[in-house]
Formats: sequence, C-alpha cells, structure tokens
Amino acid sequence: MRREHIEKSAAEIAAQVRSGRVSAAEIVEETLAHVDLVDGALGSYLTVLADAARAAAVRVDERVRGGEQLPLAGVPLAVKDNMCLDGTRTTCGSKILERWIAPYTATAVARMLDAGAIAIGKANCDEFAMGSSCENSALGVTRNPYDPARVPGGSSGGSAAAVAAYEAAVGLGSDTGGSIREPGAFCNLVAFKPTYGRVSRYGLIAFASSLDQIGPLTRTVEDAALAYDAMAGYDPMDATSIDRPVEATASALREDLRGLRVGIVREFDTKALGPDLDRIYRQAYGDLERLGAEVVEVSLPTAEYGVATYYLIAPAECSSNLARFDGVRYGLRVEGNDVRAMYDKTRAAGFGPEVKRRILIGTYALSSGYYDAYYVRAQKARTLIARDFAVAFEQCDLIACPAASCPAFQFGAKSDPYSMYLMDYYTIPMSLAGLPALSVPCGWTTPADGNLPMPIGLQLCTPLFGERLLLGAAHAYERATNHAGARQPVLDGVRA
Amino acid sequence: MASETIDIRYVAKLAALALTDDEVETFGRQLSDLLEHVNALSRLDIESVAATAQVVESRNVMREDTPRPCLDRERVLAEAPQRQGAFFRVPRIIAE
Repeated sequence: MRREHIEKSAAEIAAQVRSGRVSAAEIVEETLAHVDLVDGALGSYLTVLADAARAAAVRVDERVRGGEQLPLAGVPLAVKDNMCLDGTRTTCGSKILERWIAPYTATAVARMLDAGAIAIGKANCDEFAMGSSCENSALGVTRNPYDPARVPGGSSGGSAAAVAAYEAAVGLGSDTGGSIREPGAFCNLVAFKPTYGRVSRYGLIAFASSLDQIGPLTRTVEDAALAYDAMAGYDPMDATSIDRPVEATASALREDLRGLRVGIVREFDTKALGPDLDRIYRQAYGDLERLGAEVVEVSLPTAEYGVATYYLIAPAECSSNLARFDGVRYGLRVEGNDVRAMYDKTRAAGFGPEVKRRILIGTYALSSGYYDAYYVRAQKARTLIARDFAVAFEQCDLIACPAASCPAFQFGAKSDPYSMYLMDYYTIPMSLAGLPALSVPCGWTTPADGNLPMPIGLQLCTPLFGERLLLGAAHAYERATNHAGARQPVLDGVRA
Repeated sequence: MASETIDIRYVAKLAALALTDDEVETFGRQLSDLLEHVNALSRLDIESVAATAQVVESRNVMREDTPRPCLDRERVLAEAPQRQGAFFRVPRIIAE
C-alpha cells in the first residue's frame, strides 16, 4: 500500500499542498484508501466522511490556487465524535445519539477547517467521553495501532488511534481529566490539553463544563502547535472562553531548555510504577537537565486527592449536563405511559453502564443532605490542588511527571470502575487546576503480558496560559530524544 | 463525611433513570465502593478554604437584546423523536 504523503507530519503535508507539489485531493484520496484498508480492524472511526472530504479537498485546492496561505492546507483531520460537524452524525459513542445529525459545527472544528484541514471522519470515544480505554463506547471497538490486543486509551481513543495509524495527521480530542493526554501516551503521540477556556467549547457536547477542554493529538510537537494556533481564541458562543489575546506557539518552538527550571514532583515517586517505567522517567528527567534545564524538586501535597475530588465534581456536572437527554428534542425516545415513564425508559435504554454510574454518583453528590459533604467539599479540595500548583510554580517554570501509571493495557483488564478511574491519577490534578499540559513520547516498555513494546508518555505542565513555553519546551525534548520515531504501528498485523 | 448505604432507587428516581434489579444491586455496590474512596477527602482541613467552581476568571457576558441568526427550525425539528408542526410532541403532561 502506497503511503507516500500521509506518514508525513501535518506541517509537511500543509507545506507541500501550499507549494502545489501535491493537491489536497491527492492527500484525501490516499488517506481514504488507507482508512479503507486498516480501519475495519482498528475501528478508529465511527463515521468516515468520504464524500464530504473529497468535496472539502476541492475547495481547499481552490483556496490554495487563489493564493491563501492556509496553515493546515489539506491536513487530514479526525474529529472526536462528541464534537458537532454540520450535517454529520455526532454520537458521543452513545446509543442515545446514535442517529443524531448535528445541525451546526463546533467552533474548534470550524477553525480547523477554515485553516485548511479536511475532516476524514468522526472518531470513536468512550460514551460521552467517560472512560480511559474507549471500551465504554456503545458503538464500536477501537484497537491500539501499536498492539491490536490493547486499548488505545480514552476517552479520545479513536482520534489517537487514527493519528497513530496515519488515518489522520491531526486528531481533535477533548480532555476532562486526561482524555487527550492518556490516549496520546498510549498511542505514541503528542497530546495537548490547553488552558481551560483557551479553545471554545461551543459544539463540544458537554460532559463536565468546568473541566472540558478541546485539544490536538498529533505525531509531532510542531503539529500540536499549528493546530492550537488555528483553534485557540475567544468565541462569543462560549461564555467561558477567555477573551484575551492568544500568542502564537508555532513560532516559539525551542531547541534547548537553557534558563528554565523544571520541577519534579516529590509525591509522584516513579519507583511505584515498576523498574522499567522508573528508569524511563529518570532518563527523561535527566534529558531535560542535559538540555539545559535546572531540575528542582517541588511538592504537590494535595495531588493525591485529585481522583477523589474529580470523581465528585465531574459526575456532578455530568448529571446536570446529561439531563438534557430526555427523549424530547433529539436522540432516542422510548415511549412510556406518561412523560415521566418516557424519560426514565429513554435514559435507561440510551445510556451505557459507565454513564449511568456517573449520573447516579453526581445526582447523589448534589442531592439534599449530601451537597455540602460531597460536592462542596470536593470544590474546596479543588482550591487546595490549584494552590499547590501555584506554590510549586514559584520554584519552577514547568512541571515534568508521568502521563499515566502504565502503558496501554489489554481489553477487559480494568473491569473494576475504580481501577479505571485511577488511570487518570497523574492528569486529573492539572485538569482541576485548569492548567495547560501535554504528553510527549519518552520511551518504550514491553508489558509483562505482551511481546510488543508499547509507548510511554512524559507529561509537561505550566502555569495558566503558558502554552508557548509548554510547546516550546516539549519541542526541545522531542528533537533531542525522538522516542516517537523509534517504532512504527503494526498496521500489517491489523489488515483484514 | 457521610458513609451510609445509598438508597439507589431514590437517587435513580432523582436522575430520571429506570434501573433493573440487577443494576440496583451492582450500582449500589459500586457507588458504596466509590464513596469509600472519596471519603479520603475528609482528611483535608478545608474549614476556611473557599470553594472553586471555575479556575479561570469568569464574568457575566452581556449583549444587546436584539435578534440574531439562530439554528434553522426545520433542521432542528427534523432531529426530534416526534414533532407536530413547529413543535416537539410529548406525551400528555396535564390530565384531561
């Protein structure tokens, strides 16, 4: 199978399309042929938008010929299926929206398309973005391109698998407690959650509104920067989007870390992750120092309460947000004797177990008599966690730590809900504090229950609005180490 | 923090969620387990700490109360499970 163009980075594809050496139409044809070949086995996409992608490519080629300098000209894009794209099925991985056609386009998606990107398909995800493996999707299984016996991570697992397998050059994900960073780490990608409010949530179907944030999954840091630069900025359609100028990040990519202080978190002892991961992370911290950073120890004493805090706040917001799925205005309806029975039956039939669990937790935490003991207490813990970061950032410019506690696991390995919740142990604290954070590939390990090496991610994090520094530093690390380039996905193994 | 058996049927009623007997049993057990874990928060001294609802500055957003484009009514109603003319149709709410 010919993959002449689509293994290149988004930056390279866009440069070639802008120069006229290749057309967006050729990129789209090569991508669709490749998707056709591998996606039956991988399951990255729930919907492939072949006709729409071809039509969009014609328009992009016209714009290029017209002299427009599109930063993402012809770049194949995977859109997580919890983001609206006008006229396309948008399911959230749920039976309750299985046949719903979005009547408008999410701002983040619209900005990517305006920059020249071409939506190839809607990518699978855990139902309503609730999960860390994609196993909670009611509509399909997605496999990890580096070992099809393993999960791609989640909830943005379809977007991650698509980019890792060259079915797209950029994937859009949403991150509430780690849903971009964890699948990015599992699939050998750069996976970036911007500062809360930096990218509009308009058209992102809400899970937990005070935490949800859209960001890119890419094969290079430069691509993440290009995607962020295209998407970021104020949107009057999202009252929580931040009205302050965005500084371009693609022009701030660094080659070294001289003059920067990198904080290593005392409480995140990597010895607990086993000898292999401990070695990988120590090596990574050492590499940051060799790149010129001063490595200092910092403390996040409340971070260990992150998971407990998150699993009250996120379900509380979810129980409120998902109240809109009642069988009246859109999606599934199951008839009942009266309107109340219709609500109860529609929601029982439409939501899967994890969504029901979180609605129940959230409803309980918000219910009369428990509100102060659970929800308000969690909101106060959230204050302490954010304060920890503020104190830590008095001593450092960046924090470096693991993105996940293990590599991608096998299907069914985390059957106990709480063991799945712990997958977000290292990503939740940054989410609660609203901070920008990303995962960048930092090594490979062969799990005890497998024979294929799986990627590991290093998480970097800065204070609010530190995107330029964050992506700049990640670029220096990526250039110096190139762990991502060490292996290729096993696409031959998944061919039907 | 409270640690007691959850009346899962009552919570499900608040959440407008019909549960099977099996689900009542499973979710009840899983929620109790989760509450055991989140009860760790009672170890934090939070008496004088302010609650955080949102991490970045937020303010009321005002605009002139003038008409502006909105979603196309036909397209929105086309996605409704049941419609009648320009309306969403629902089961009778008020008794005859």
